[in-house]
Amino acid sequence: MIEFHSVTKRFPDGTLAVDDFSLVLPSHKTTVLVGTSGSGKTTLLRMINRMVDPTSGSIEIDGADIGTLEPVKLRRGIGYVMQNSGLLPHRRVIDNVATVPMLRGMAKKKARDEALALLDTVGLDRLLANRYPSQLSGGQQQRVGVARGLAVNPNILLMDEPFGAVDPIVRAELQQELLRLQRELGKTVVFVTHDIDEAFLLGDQVVILRTGGKVAQVGSPAEILANPIDEFVATFVGADRGKRSLHLENHGDGDIVVDETGRLAGVLVGSGPSASPSTVSSESKAGPRGPGASAQGGDSR
Amino acid sequence: MTWIWSNLDLIWDRTFDHLILSVPSIILSFLIALPFGWLAHRYRASRAVILTTVGVLYAIPSLPLFIVLPFIVGTSIRSPLNLIIALTLYGVALMVRVVADGLGSVDRDVQQSATAVGFSGWTSFWQVELPLAGPVLLAGLRVVAVSTVSLATVGAVIGAQSLGSLFTDGFQRGIQAEIIAGILATVLLALALDAVLVLIGRLLMPWTRRSAIGVVARPGAVARQEVTT
Ligand SMILES: Nc1ncnc2c1ncn2[C@@H]1O[C@H](COP(=O)(O)OP(=O)(O)OP(=O)(O)O)[C@@H](O)[C@H]1O
Ligand SMILES: [Mg+2]
Repeated sequence: MIEFHSVTKRFPDGTLAVDDFSLVLPSHKTTVLVGTSGSGKTTLLRMINRMVDPTSGSIEIDGADIGTLEPVKLRRGIGYVMQNSGLLPHRRVIDNVATVPMLRGMAKKKARDEALALLDTVGLDRLLANRYPSQLSGGQQQRVGVARGLAVNPNILLMDEPFGAVDPIVRAELQQELLRLQRELGKTVVFVTHDIDEAFLLGDQVVILRTGGKVAQVGSPAEILANPIDEFVATFVGADRGKRSLHLENHGDGDIVVDETGRLAGVLVGSGPSASPSTVSSESKAGPRGPGASAQGGDSR
Repeated sequence: MTWIWSNLDLIWDRTFDHLILSVPSIILSFLIALPFGWLAHRYRASRAVILTTVGVLYAIPSLPLFIVLPFIVGTSIRSPLNLIIALTLYGVALMVRVVADGLGSVDRDVQQSATAVGFSGWTSFWQVELPLAGPVLLAGLRVVAVSTVSLATVGAVIGAQSLGSLFTDGFQRGIQAEIIAGILATVLLALALDAVLVLIGRLLMPWTRRSAIGVVARPGAVARQEVTT
């Protein structure tokens, strides 16, 4: 369990990145910090492994004030995954994964053996073990990043926009992979993203931040979606997504579903004069909402 | 040409003298430049002072330095040590800035992530920053090597033996072949040292080899072990 007690961070240049932030992050759950750019997500995350120290307030891990712990030792016990993987470009994949266990004194052979097993865990082919990071695709690099984060078998895994730099298909794949891993491993995950859909997908607890590291709302995805606390949160989560008004537009080749802002939301399949039971091409399991058509909104953001 | 064939021994001896002067100087320049370059990189305040000082150092003309140095450090004027010290000073003057720039060129994200996973300050310097500055350091070291080899010839004017002695001697005795041999041997030696540095770079920094396929296709111990088990 990670606890923030009235944590404030003001950088030397005067920027107030986090303002009086208090939160309990339950063990074995995924807490997602989500907010616009500059809302203090990274700063909050980095305070957990003391990359950044709070100006005031305290942070406890399982009841111990981390301010009293030695930063390097603390970090070696916490997994960290960042955007663009942050892998060491001069070390092979396997050595990147084995790095931290070796820093902690594990014998090279054992560290490498365990690293290979971790490649399996994150769904990477062992044949990639001897490549350098630059010889991998972005998605593969992120998997290595996750494997490295898991290498010391940490209780806590910090992830800073880990899937921010990969294409939507690979991102979806990595998200599912993380959900699977989390089901198997049950780490205390702190995940930073600015993508609300990703936050709702991955988070047991979602924290919506506004600029200046202020909490706008904390809750489960369902709670937040059902009861956005104010206009800011409502807009941010796209609370209108459930009751969005969709309409059809004919574009010659067929009908497309468009939302009220004019954004393409989907395609009506089997529409037209000879329309049999018409459904929108989406994986929606929901029954028809509109007259004669079931429309599922695409990504609202 | 006949002069060269009948004096191969002499050329070889002078080449050896030349190596004795340049190789230690190149190595020392690198080692001494490391801490100063690191200081200049690490502390803003020291940067201007250090870089200006080495700039001035490099501007000192070589011949006067060779002559003045013995009075300062107490070596004899013709001793190789005198030349090695002078050449090292020039090498350091070039290399300090390279080290500072090289360390500055290391990707901030990579450094941050090294810190985040638990590299301590010094471990990070030796295992992350220094190796990643490697390509820049190597480029600088190649310049230092070539310039040191060329500068070492000047020592011949004050009587320190090197390939430069072939030109001074050739001039005095009017042997054109000896002058040409001196120039050729100097250039070849510079090229040879440069090639050695490039080779060392390749061995120490395999990740910089762009021919990625070679690296990938060569199955390392780990992969082999896995494939066969
Ligand atoms: N080292 C620093 N010095 C000064 N200001 C900083 C520093 N690090 C972050 N900040 C500032 O603190 C605020 C919060 O930054 P932070 O990186 O935590 O935001 P973020 O929510 O992670 O944003 P993003 O989504 O863009 O990554 C920003 O205004 C940023 O400019
Ligand atoms: Mg950030």
